[in-house]
Amino acid sequence: MLRLPRFSYLRPGSVAEAAQVLSEYGSRARVVAGGTDLLPKMKRGQMEPEVVIGLGHINELRGIRATEDGGFEIGACVTLSEVVASPELRAAYPGYVHAAALVSTPALRNSGTIGGNLCVDTRCNYYDESYEWRKALGFCMKKDGNICRVAPASATCRAIASSDTAPAAISMGATVVLVGPNGQREVPVESLYQDDGQFYMTKAPDEILTSLRMPSPGHWKSSYVKVRNRGSIDFPLVGVAAAIQMKGSLVEACRIVITAVGPQPLDVSQAAGALVGKEIDDTLLEEVATEAAKPARPLDNADLSYVWRKRMTRRAIEQAIREAAEVG
Amino acid sequence: MGNIGSREILRLSVNGRQHELLVKPYATLLEVLREDLRLTGTKHGCEAGECGACVVLVDGTPQLSCLVLPGQIEGSEVTTIEGVSNGSELHPVQQAFMDHGALQCGYCTPGMVLSSKALLDSNPSPTRDEINEALSGNLCRCTGYVSIIEAVEDAGRAMA
Ligand SMILES: Cc1cc2nc3c(=O)[nH]c(=O)nc-3n(C[C@H](O)[C@H](O)[C@H](O)COP(=O)(O)OP(=O)(O)OC[C@H]3O[C@@H](n4cnc5c(N)ncnc54)[C@H](O)[C@@H]3O)c2cc1C
Ligand code: SF4
Ligand code: FES
Ligand code: FES
Repeated sequence: MLRLPRFSYLRPGSVAEAAQVLSEYGSRARVVAGGTDLLPKMKRGQMEPEVVIGLGHINELRGIRATEDGGFEIGACVTLSEVVASPELRAAYPGYVHAAALVSTPALRNSGTIGGNLCVDTRCNYYDESYEWRKALGFCMKKDGNICRVAPASATCRAIASSDTAPAAISMGATVVLVGPNGQREVPVESLYQDDGQFYMTKAPDEILTSLRMPSPGHWKSSYVKVRNRGSIDFPLVGVAAAIQMKGSLVEACRIVITAVGPQPLDVSQAAGALVGKEIDDTLLEEVATEAAKPARPLDNADLSYVWRKRMTRRAIEQAIREAAEVG
Repeated sequence: MGNIGSREILRLSVNGRQHELLVKPYATLLEVLREDLRLTGTKHGCEAGECGACVVLVDGTPQLSCLVLPGQIEGSEVTTIEGVSNGSELHPVQQAFMDHGALQCGYCTPGMVLSSKALLDSNPSPTRDEINEALSGNLCRCTGYVSIIEAVEDAGRAMA
């Protein structure tokens, strides 16, 4: 049986209390929201906190609230299922809600939270294995070892950004609120991540993500396309969030964010410049998708061949743009 | 805080019965149900969130008991497969699974029945797509899914 290692479980009743205990225990502690990422990782010895701090007891972290600017603030412990069930969110951010609906399975989404989803660990076939498996092969840089098994010449870990909702939130220009020992700050979702599969988040380990702030959707229509092995359960092999503004049949503005093709989600909206002022057609889309997919660097550390995943990045970008334009 | 991992008192309501247990904080809900409460109807499969064998209902919604810490759901009502029938009278979903032969080895069945019950409780006449979606996290390695889906449709009619 895969059992959890020993730890103590703390249940702070407020964000302030949680932030305080988290900074007190430092690297010996980790927060848990739904636990659907942390607990499997702990069972496999990929994470070994002695103290686990439950965020689920904090009311401040729950609830979806309309904001004055016409947007929404979503508490970090709102579950993915709650997001999927919200007609207001679906109307405003179809891409984001669709991304949440494509995470794993219904039962997992009933406990998995939006905050946990934004913080979800990067993935790699050499890392997401049991302790015994990794020990037998030899550990890697991300945990317990010192070289990368996928790209031995690489100075950094290339594990894959795997949050489905992160690219969709970025494509809407969303921000997150972080609370740490030195107070509170608000940062764009995009700047939460960096190009390193081991230290994939820029936030300090003792900062708690308290909410996601989605700005007013304005005239942005959005979509999310996920490529995976099975129609359920699996993480993205490629994920593409697109947002588009149309004037009649002409494109006014377009954003594209791709994920699962490197250690961080990538905003490749630059490439969509060619669409502005034009009608969407096959040739133009292919051009834009080819350009937008250039920074994608899939490696041999996920299911299916990386050459195929690179090719599918282009196809998924085309599909995401089309679907965003077709949103009613 | 006591020693790392020292046992704690947990109050948990399971199948309508209130329990007060002394448990390890690092035991999952699955382990507490099977090992402390001896409710072995809930199955352990992958233990990593991938198969749905361990599904139980927490306040009526399916959750993966292999990835839930009991401390996280204190105060909630847990329903396991042992709590589904009314004495010796099977729940309509159980009856329909029998009638349709929707099981072979039966290992996935507790999770399948609970996911189906949760669906039908909120939506008594689901479409096939809705059934597929609701059961998309419950893997069966034996029967093929058609008989399971037909059983859920039948159970919905029986419950309506
Ligand atoms: C079989 C399986 C399939 C999956 N498929 C997908 C998928 O397709 N797409 C996908 O995106 N994810 C997937 N996941 C990963 C995960 O379940 C989801 O991302 C989920 O949303 C994580 O949320 P959680 O609340 O359970 O996170 P937790 O496990 O509680 O936390 C995840 C990480 O974030 C940290 N954390 C959590 N909340 C906060 C906070 N508020 N502030 C600071 N740090 C925090 C934790 O310390 C931990 O390191 C899958 C997991 C499994 C087991
Ligand atoms: S990319 Fe390299 S260092 Fe990172 S988890 Fe995989 S093998 Fe380890
Ligand atoms: S045992 Fe919980 S999902 Fe497989
Ligand atoms: S009946 Fe054997 S796994 Fe479903």
